[in-house]
Amino acid sequence: MYKISKENLPELYKAIAAVNSLYIPVKTAGQTNFAAWTETADVDLETLKTVKSPKDAFFPQCENIYTCERDGKKIKITPEELASESFVVFGMKACDVRGVEVLDKVFLADPIDTFYAARRDHGIIVAMACNEPELSCFCKVFGIDCSEPSGADVVTWLVNNELFWKPVTEKGEALTESVKSLLKDADDAAVEETKSNIKNIVEKIPNMSLSLEGWGRDDKLERFNSPIWEDLYNPCLACGTCTFVCPTCQCYDIKDYDTGHGVQRYRCWDSCMYSDFTLMAHGNNRTSQMQRFRQRFMHKLVYYPTNNDGMYSCVGCGRCVDKCPSNLNIVKVIKAFGKEAGV
Amino acid sequence: MQELINRAKELLANGTVNRVLGWRKGDLPTNPEPAYFNDEASLADFVYNGFCGVNLSKYMIEGSKLEGKTLIFLKPCDTYSFNQLLKENRVNRESVYIIGVGCKGKISESSLNAIGIKNILDVKGAELSDPCDTLEIETLYGKKSCDYKDAMLERCHVCKGKEHVVYDEIIGDSKDTADGDRFAEVEKIEAMSPEEKFEYFRAELSKCIRCNACRNVCPACSCRKCVFDSTKFDSAQKANADSFEEKMFHIIRAFHVAGRCTDCGECSRVCPQGIPLHLFNRKFIKDINNLYGDFQAGTEAEGRTPLTSFTFDDAEPGTI
Repeated sequence: MYKISKENLPELYKAIAAVNSLYIPVKTAGQTNFAAWTETADVDLETLKTVKSPKDAFFPQCENIYTCERDGKKIKITPEELASESFVVFGMKACDVRGVEVLDKVFLADPIDTFYAARRDHGIIVAMACNEPELSCFCKVFGIDCSEPSGADVVTWLVNNELFWKPVTEKGEALTESVKSLLKDADDAAVEETKSNIKNIVEKIPNMSLSLEGWGRDDKLERFNSPIWEDLYNPCLACGTCTFVCPTCQCYDIKDYDTGHGVQRYRCWDSCMYSDFTLMAHGNNRTSQMQRFRQRFMHKLVYYPTNNDGMYSCVGCGRCVDKCPSNLNIVKVIKAFGKEAGV
Repeated sequence: MQELINRAKELLANGTVNRVLGWRKGDLPTNPEPAYFNDEASLADFVYNGFCGVNLSKYMIEGSKLEGKTLIFLKPCDTYSFNQLLKENRVNRESVYIIGVGCKGKISESSLNAIGIKNILDVKGAELSDPCDTLEIETLYGKKSCDYKDAMLERCHVCKGKEHVVYDEIIGDSKDTADGDRFAEVEKIEAMSPEEKFEYFRAELSKCIRCNACRNVCPACSCRKCVFDSTKFDSAQKANADSFEEKMFHIIRAFHVAGRCTDCGECSRVCPQGIPLHLFNRKFIKDINNLYGDFQAGTEAEGRTPLTSFTFDDAEPGTI
């Protein structure tokens, strides 16, 4: 375990950024999101949840795949280069790190998504414990411990005026080595106290003990055909807020952009809330908003766990809970089904 | 609130309406959701208090297609949106029974967050029967209190007044909560140099994640299929690829709703990135007021408006 005083953090950022690209929560026009660090960036480690999850670092909202250029009768095809330089994502929370593990099961399974795999290979995750978990959090439901994120390369804790730093993996050790001159040795006592404080708060958050009984099982049709969806979906505006702030939503669309002298083929996040989601030549296989709404929750709570040894593709970060314009969310869906089943 | 529930039950029982469109209790005091109530029993979950900011007018575009009549609860400012939809023949007056509900200003969790009050477990002082002066709030991290007006939505600081412009009956008292200058922010931007303006818009609009919440909630955005959703239109649509297109999306939208936007403020309320989108619309409103005389969209359900009529005396903004 190491530590560094808060006032020396800019030096730490600078040292990391000298060797790697650094993505960190930055406040811009009043909102905190992960962004590339610059010396003038307004770094914000105090805000618990960035508006968007840090998913972009590994799976950007929009990226080019290849470019075609017409040259007389020839067409030149240039594939987009894969990530080849290391980068650090600093300040990811336990739920966000689990979110990346959820994406891994999709993009690193055969056939491997080479763009994603390259970023995963070159990405170093410096996670941070959640000092003040919020009311909309329900990570514990999915077995996530926000007092000590797992799956990261380095875990950190902000305790009073110091950041405690613990490398966990080889990548994390190497990163630590490169900034060691800025770090001091530390014992575990302060961190242990912080962890136990966090756990006490978690106990007080009602949704942390939400029951998932009835979800994640094989009998997909029972939930699929439930009349509850018809009642639940009504206020849904069909916007993409829940899907675009989500750390685990992984659906994307592939489109061609006409550059005038060729084509830029790109992919961008899609949202199952949108009417053109999975639109095919024959039309759309989901024709109503109820069906689109149902898809999102069935995917996270039934289809994904069925295909991935029971792992849910919700991590309980609560961003959708905070941001839905109509106050609809996955917690209300889980509760509605629970109420019906008397759970 | 009980008066609203009782009246809704009566109207359901005597067959005046087939269903009720209102707000349903959430799992927290801060998150009621819009909902249909199809029978008396379901009204047990009906709620109406300071957190019911959602403007229900637009739901009646789909609601108008349902069989029979729908009872809808509209706050004074919501009635302007409803009237505008009537004018554009997007809702059908015969299919709606409107109860104008009292309003003392609407508050929201995000407005409370903005003044440092988060993780709200319980709120006292937000019922319509309360004076709505102060809020006593219990949070996960202790008790807090604040002035009601400090928790109000931006729109309520420039309240249109306590009159409902369309209704069948009115239940509950309203309060004019205006305490701000509607065009102050617009004037601040107008006073910027072109470089400052560009930087301001760049910083705000680069946060856009193309979730389309602003468009989907907007009562003036009532096209059956938005041009940005067309698969034949070579725009970045949901791609968030190009900051130029992000700006264009919001500016095009502002042009499209100009003269029809009632300034209901829903766009800014729903933006997950806190972009003050209403300022675009308000700039158009300010210009319309200056060029054609004071005009409030939605005041009338019929007749021509400054941008849909022509006279030889019209201002030609391009030449002044």
